[in-house]
Formats: sequence, structure tokens, C-alpha cells
Amino acid sequence: MAFMMGSRKRAVAGGVMLLSAAACATVSDNLVPYQISGDEIRAPLAALAGDAARGRDVLMGRDGNCLLCHAVPETGARFMGNLGPPLSGVGARLSAGQLRLRIVDPGRLNAESIMPSYYRMEGLARVAGVWQGKPVLTAQQIEDTVAYLQTLR
Amino acid sequence: MPAATRLGMVPDLGRWSAALSTILLLGAAPAPETPPHHPAKSGIDYASDDVRRMQADDFANPGMLWVAQGGKRWQEPAGNSGKSCAACHGDAAKAMKGVAARYPGVDAATSELLNLEGRINRCRKDQQAAEPLAYESEDLLALTAYVAHQSRGQPLQVSVDAAARPYFARGREIYYRRQGQMNLACTHCHEQNVGRKLLADTISEGHGNAYPIYRLEWQSAGSLHRRLRACYFGVRAEMPAAGSAELLDLELYLAWRARGLPVETPGVRR
Ligand code: HEC
Ligand code: HEC
Ligand code: HEC
Repeated sequence: MAFMMGSRKRAVAGGVMLLSAAACATVSDNLVPYQISGDEIRAPLAALAGDAARGRDVLMGRDGNCLLCHAVPETGARFMGNLGPPLSGVGARLSAGQLRLRIVDPGRLNAESIMPSYYRMEGLARVAGVWQGKPVLTAQQIEDTVAYLQTLR
Repeated sequence: MPAATRLGMVPDLGRWSAALSTILLLGAAPAPETPPHHPAKSGIDYASDDVRRMQADDFANPGMLWVAQGGKRWQEPAGNSGKSCAACHGDAAKAMKGVAARYPGVDAATSELLNLEGRINRCRKDQQAAEPLAYESEDLLALTAYVAHQSRGQPLQVSVDAAARPYFARGREIYYRRQGQMNLACTHCHEQNVGRKLLADTISEGHGNAYPIYRLEWQSAGSLHRRLRACYFGVRAEMPAAGSAELLDLELYLAWRARGLPVETPGVRR
């Protein structure tokens, strides 16, 4: 099965994209399309390269806030939640493509999941004003987080 | 099922439709089932030892300052009536004992759902001819804490009879709906993950039996609605105003979930 995401937004943004300078901002503020194959998104979002050091910051900081629910002992953080499984060794268990889909839209794999979809905008209700119209993480932040999780082996 | 029995017994049309609308109402809100955490456990049971000690000791519990302030407001004349709460109700320890355990409840005169804050403001307006106190104002927090404190130890026992059913049904619906950018419902934390850690917080069953509370993070007392808004904020959802219909409906549903738990006002939380 293959799903295409965000194509409508993309079409709307397309008009603005004639200005190539605006392209970067467009990529981070709207959803770039991606393809799901099996339980993976194999290709990096927008063909971006991830940076593991930045990914660690995303995971630990306010943007990703992954430690709310996951223990990642490698971070050395003082407080870590346990609503989700510990992520130690997750880079050995799961491929980059599997990690990507599990961050982008875990609801695809388990409709009952309590893990938020970090790169999805539709199907949400009563989103507070400041968070409307953007995914939780940008495509670049997703790739950075995937790169960091791959170092957890 | 009582509604069906009634339907069989009343032949005339007017009562028929009354019975039918009862059925429709029941359809929208099935007879309250038992929530998974029963008997309920208070939030204080999930708190750290130092927070528990602080709540248990009236001299260490900062919430008692608001209770004391409320005691003063109780005696003060207010509004054009020039009457104090005490002028009509007398000794709060007697007159207000057990009252908070029955709130929120439907006001018979107006069919409105009133929580304790709303009930107090109703007296301000109708009995004292005074301006209603703003939600979350020091005076309303103090009076609410004072009145609720008179019921400390009394088991919560809100009514979810026919008049309360529609409010109850809406509260239940809100409890189970996903919302916000985090796409989470109350149930995901307070039913499905009780006892687990959300970063540094131990998730409790989410009961309102200790409110208003003193919260260390706020360095102040706060209402249940303020706490609920914090949960909406946490999932990045639009926050209903304190005192709004949405939070009142939710408060009624929460009070029903917490039935049997003792009133603990003023609670202490981290
Ligand atoms: C609200 C809690 C919550 C938050 C916040 C959260 N997760 Fe999860 N996560 C879960 C749960 C629960 C699971 C188990 C699978 C499921 O239910 O979907 C999970 C599963 C995962 C998995 C798969 C692990 C495995 O071993 O299969 C990965 C990878 C993951 N999360 C990464 C992240 C990252 C990265 C973030 C932050 C950007 C994050 N999670 C934030 C709750 C959360
Ligand atoms: C002029 C008399 C009067 C004054 C002053 C007054 N009340 Fe009342 N209060 C009443 C009456 C009468 C009722 C019952 C009303 C009803 O049942 O509709 C009532 C009901 C209440 C109730 C609900 C009791 C229950 O059993 O449900 C509370 C709580 C309350 N008052 C608090 C206060 C507070 C706090 C003040 C001061 C800010 C106050 N009242 C001032 C007359 C007064
Ligand atoms: C992401 C998890 C999460 C969600 C979703 C959530 N809460 Fe909470 N809630 C918490 C945490 C953490 C606390 C503080 C610790 C505790 O008492 O559980 C809390 C506290 C509370 C309290 C105070 C309990 C006490 O004893 O002081 C109530 C009441 C409450 N929540 C109700 C709700 C309601 C109603 C909803 C849905 C609108 C909701 N919560 C959604 C995490 C959540």
C-alpha cells in the first residue's frame, strides 16, 4: 500500500513556489508528500539529510518532548516518562524507514496509539491557535530525530 | 429499564412523547456505567511523601491561608443588600457541611448546572445584590475553599438524575474525545496510564475532590477549572474559559467518577 500525504497543501503552496527563495520556508511550514511502503517511509522527507546531534536536541527539548513518554537513558536526562517503551537499542531494532513512519504518523500502524503524529495535520480537533496549520515537527526535525535514533544501538 | 416500563403504561399522547424524549435522552446518555477505577483513588495517593505531609498538616498546608481568607469574606457585608453570607447562613461549619459533596448540581429554579463557584456567585447576585466575583479571583477562590472545606471528609455524591443527564452526557463525551495537536483524550492519561510517569509527573486518576488546591508550581491556590485548562494546554488544545459550560459539564462527569472519595479541600499538589 502506498499513501500520498499533503498533496493538497503542496498544490496550494505551489503558486508561491515560483519564488525559489520561498521554497525552504514552504517545506518547513507545510507537509511535503511522502510514500508509505509496508511499515516504512523509506525516503527521507524532502530528501533532507538528518543530523544526529540536532536530533538529540529535538528529542530532549520542547519541540519533540519525546522524554514525556519515553526513557532514553543515553540522553542522561533526569526525568523520563514511561507511557511508551524505552528507546534504547531502537536503532538496531528498527530501520530508518520504520523509525520515520513511527514519528511521522504512528496512528497509521495503530489507530489506538497514544503517541502523537509529529508530521500530520488533518484529523485533529480543537488545536490551539498557535499550533494550527503546522505539524509538530518540521521535515528537517523529523530527519534529525531519525538520525539520532539510529545511533541508539 | 424504567423508561420502557413507563412507555407501556401511558397511553395518552402527551405523556407518550414525554416518555419518548426520556428514551431519547437515555439513548444519548446511557445509564451511568462504572468507571474502571472503582473504588476511586484520590490524587493525593499518587503524590510524593512531602506533598502528602504538607496537605495533611493544616499548619503546613498553604491552602489553609485561602480558607482563612474565605472565613473573613463570609462575615463581610457585600453589595446593596449590605448582608454577609453569615447573615443568612449563620455558622458555616453547620450550614455548609456536606454542601460541596453535592456539587456541581442542577439549579431547580433555572435548570442551569452550577458548581460551587457558580452557586456562590448566584448568592452574590440574587441575595446580596453584589457584582459576581471573577473566576479565579482571590475572593472567589477563598470563599470556594472555605465553603468546600466545611465538607472535608464527606464522600462526594453528585446527582446524575434526569435533570443532570444532558450535562453528564456532554461531560462524558468530552472525556473520551481526542483533542489538540497531541491528539489525546482525558482517558488516555487518567484511565489508561494511571501510575505511569509523564516526564516527572505520576499520572493519577484525575479526580477533582481536593479543589481548590494549593499548587506548588503555581505558587498559589487555583480552581479545578484552572487545573483542567492546564491539561488542555498540555495537549495543545484550545482552552475553554474557566467557568465555561464545557468545563462545568466535565466537572460534573469527573465528580461522578470520583463519587465516594472524601472532599479534601484544600488539597496540595506539585
Ligand atoms: C504521549 C506519549 C508519547 C510521546 C510524547 C512520544 N511517544 Fe513514541 N511511543 C509512544 C507509545 C505508547 C509507543 C508504543 C507504540 C504505540 O502505541 O504506537 C511509542 C513508540 C515509539 C517508537 C517505536 C518503538 C519500538 O520499539 O517499536 C518510536 C521509535 C518512538 N515512539 C519515538 C518517539 C519519538 C522520537 C518521540 C518524540 C518526537 C515520541 N516517540 C514521543 C508514546 C509516545
Ligand atoms: C440574603 C440571604 C443570603 C445571603 C446573603 C447569602 N445566601 Fe447563600 N443562600 C441563600 C438561600 C436562600 C439559599 C438557598 C437557595 C436555593 O435553594 O435556591 C442559599 C444557598 C447557598 C448555597 C447552596 C447550599 C446548598 O445546600 O446547595 C451556598 C453554597 C451558598 N448559599 C453560599 C453563600 C455564600 C458564600 C454567600 C456569601 C457570598 C451567601 N451564600 C450569601 C441565602 C443567602
Ligand atoms: C497527556 C496526559 C494528560 C491528559 C491527556 C490529560 N491530563 Fe489531566 N493531568 C495530567 C497530569 C500529568 C496531571 C498531574 C498529575 C495527576 O494528578 O495526574 C493531571 C492532573 C489532572 C487533574 C488533577 C488531579 C488532582 O488530584 O489534582 C485532573 C482533575 C485532570 N488532570 C483532569 C483531566 C481531564 C478532565 C482531561 C481531559 C480534558 C485531562 N486531565 C487530560 C496529564 C494529563
